[in-house]
Amino acid sequence: MFDSYQSNTLHYDREKCINCGMCSIVCPHAVFAPGDEVAKLVDPISCMECGACQMNCPTGAITVESGVGCAYAMFYAAITGKEEPTCDTGGDPCC
Amino acid sequence: MSGTIFTFTKPKIRPTTSQLTLSERVDHFLARWGINRSGHRVEPGLYALGSPTPESPVFVTANYTLSFDALRSSIPGIDCYILVLDTKGVNVWCAAGKGTFGTGELVNRISITGLAGIVSHHVLILPQLGATGVSAHEVKKRSGFRVEYGPVRASDLPEYLKTRSATPGMRRVHFTLGERIVLFPVELAKVLPYLVIISAVLYLASGPLAAAGAAAAVLAGIVLFPILLPYLPTKDFSSKGFILGGLTALPFVLAAYQYGTDDAMWLRLVRGLAPILVMPPVTAFISLNFTGSTTFTSVTGVRREIFIYAPVMAWMFALGIVLLIILTILRLTGW
Repeated sequence: MFDSYQSNTLHYDREKCINCGMCSIVCPHAVFAPGDEVAKLVDPISCMECGACQMNCPTGAITVESGVGCAYAMFYAAITGKEEPTCDTGGDPCC
Repeated sequence: MSGTIFTFTKPKIRPTTSQLTLSERVDHFLARWGINRSGHRVEPGLYALGSPTPESPVFVTANYTLSFDALRSSIPGIDCYILVLDTKGVNVWCAAGKGTFGTGELVNRISITGLAGIVSHHVLILPQLGATGVSAHEVKKRSGFRVEYGPVRASDLPEYLKTRSATPGMRRVHFTLGERIVLFPVELAKVLPYLVIISAVLYLASGPLAAAGAAAAVLAGIVLFPILLPYLPTKDFSSKGFILGGLTALPFVLAAYQYGTDDAMWLRLVRGLAPILVMPPVTAFISLNFTGSTTFTSVTGVRREIFIYAPVMAWMFALGIVLLIILTILRLTGW
C-alpha cells in the first residue's frame, strides 16, 4: 500500500554482459555494481528508469523504458487520451 | 564550382574564468525565480579556463547559465577547456533526458569547434548525469573521442581530477534539504498569479476563511512538501501530499465548524467538511507533480500513482467545490 515504486521496467541480460563496467559508473543510484565476471544487479528497486545504463551498454544487455517522468504531461495524456509527450525544447523548459 | 572561395577560420575559443561576478549571481537568483525562464543561456562552443595546453582536460556541459557557472566556479586554478553543448538553455540532467545533451550534439560540437586539432588526448570529461543522453561507445565510434563520466556534482571535480576516478559517494545523487529548498521559488512564481485570483474569488464568494484555505493548501504543496519530503510517512508522493494537506486543513475544519455556533448542526458539519474535501487533493496534486523535480522517482511509479490517486483527487475536490457552492447559495439566500 502507498508504494507505487516497488517494480519498474529495468531488465538485465547477464548472458550479453562483457563486464565493461559502464552501468556501474553511470547509475546514480548504484543499481549495478562491478562483478568478477559480469555486472551485478544489486538494487533494482532503486532504479528511476533514467536510461543511462541502457544508453551506455555497448552490447544491449540492459533495457529499460525511460521517460521524462513529468507528472503534468502524464496527467494531460491520461485526461486527453493522447500519447505522453516528451518535454518540448523549443519553448519554455518544463523541468 | 569555380569562383567559390573557401576560407578556413581558426576555431573560436572564448576565454572564461572561475570567478562569478555580482551580476552573474543576480542572474542565478532570477533563474531560480523563473524570471526569463529560458533566457539564461551561454553561447555554445569551446571555452578556455586559465591557460590550457593540448594536454589539458576538456569538460563538457550544457548551455544553461547555472550549469556552466557551477562547472567553472568549481575548478578554480585548473587550466582546461570547457565544451558547451547547445541544450537550448536547459540543464544537463533535463537536457540529457530529452536527448539535447546527447550523442548527436556532442559529436557535432566536437566537429564544429575543431577540438581534435586543439587537444592531443581526445578524452572528454562529462558530468555523470549527462549519461542519460550520451552513449559513450557511440561517441567513440563517431568522433574518436573517449567519454569519461566524471562525478554527479561539479563540486567534486577537484577531488576527482587527482585520481581520475569517482568514489561511490560522488556517483550517487542525493536530495538534501538545500537542494530541495532552491526548487520552490520557481514553482511559487508560476502559481502565485493564479492563486491571487482564486483567493480573491473565494474571498468574495465565501469569505476570508476560504481564501486563506486556498492559499494554505497551495503553499503546503509548494513550500512545505519539498522541505518535509523525507519525513512524511508512506512512499508515494500523492499519499504524502494527502497527509500534509489533511494536517493543513484541520485548523480550517475547526474554524469553519465554529463559524456559526447558533446554526443547525448539519450546517456546521457541512461547513467543516468542505475544507477537508477541497484542500488535501490540491496539496496532493502539487506534491505528485514534485516527482518531476526529483532524481529518484521512476516513470512507471509515477504513472501508477496517477492511476491510483488521480480519481480520488478529482472526486474529493469536485465534491468539496459542490459543498462550497451550496454553502455560498445558502449564505446569499439568508441561511
